[in-house]
Amino acid sequence: MLRLTAGRMGSLMARRATVALTTSSARMASHGHEVSESVDMSKPMYSDRRESPLPDKPYKDVLTPADKSLKEKEKGPWGQLSNEEKLALYRISFCKTYPEMNQKSSEWKSVFGGMFFFLGLTGLLVIWQAAYVSPPLPRTFEPESKAKQLQRMLDMRVNPVEGFGAQWDYEKNQWK
Amino acid sequence: MFRAVFRLSSTGARSLVRSRPAISAPLASRCYSHGTVETDEEFDARWVTYFSKPDIDAWELRKGMNTLIGYDLVPEAKIVDSALRACRRLNDMASAIRILEAVKDKAGPHKDIYPYLIQELQPTLSELGISTPEQLGIDKL
Repeated sequence: MLRLTAGRMGSLMARRATVALTTSSARMASHGHEVSESVDMSKPMYSDRRESPLPDKPYKDVLTPADKSLKEKEKGPWGQLSNEEKLALYRISFCKTYPEMNQKSSEWKSVFGGMFFFLGLTGLLVIWQAAYVSPPLPRTFEPESKAKQLQRMLDMRVNPVEGFGAQWDYEKNQWK
Repeated sequence: MFRAVFRLSSTGARSLVRSRPAISAPLASRCYSHGTVETDEEFDARWVTYFSKPDIDAWELRKGMNTLIGYDLVPEAKIVDSALRACRRLNDMASAIRILEAVKDKAGPHKDIYPYLIQELQPTLSELGISTPEQLGIDKL
């Protein structure tokens, strides 16, 4: 068994990792337009969450000159800001208001609809399979065979105290 | 008044709290495994002090608010007041409005808490020039 030291193992892994990275980046370069825009998850991200009112970063990163001047005005008394300006400041920092965030959607209808549709499809598949794929049932499933099985169970006195045999009246030869 | 008492477990992590109706129940009836229980006043004072830090930075404001909203309670007016003043020091009007939205959302089905809170905060809102979400029209869709 080869015994690699920790250092050697580390360099091996590093080399493998860099090879993997370079191949994936080469693949991405050759793809061109098909590559979707990925978000850098190592940086603070914006989120609209009820339980976290102030997200890690403001919503708008790039500010227009109008926005910048508004931000300057924000440093002064807020009484001087008009309602529209206050709203503009809000929308710079945040994407959705609380009511917008808490909006109900009808997505559940699509989810249930899709679920039931595929369940139905599967049901049809199962029926078809039972009709055309499954082999015939063994002869022990026939009523006569089952009757004989039942009689044998009674003769064996299966569970005579609490279970099966207890339900059968052995004197009158009938179910209790 | 609109508070729940929470307790610290041995690992120091916050355990789940139960919300109480808007009546202050006597705390002596609680039995805890160990440790002292923080009174409502101590809790309030601690948070007011947190937001009253004169050189509070934006991160601390965000962290404080997000933590506070994570608790099973609606913050007292004095805590919200302190937080709004912190927003003023940070020149962040948007966060001030967001805080008001958040405490309204925290009250949930108890529709009488938020109007009371606004009533208590009215002097501060007028002084700092903060508009409520209702005044800006963003309380409706």
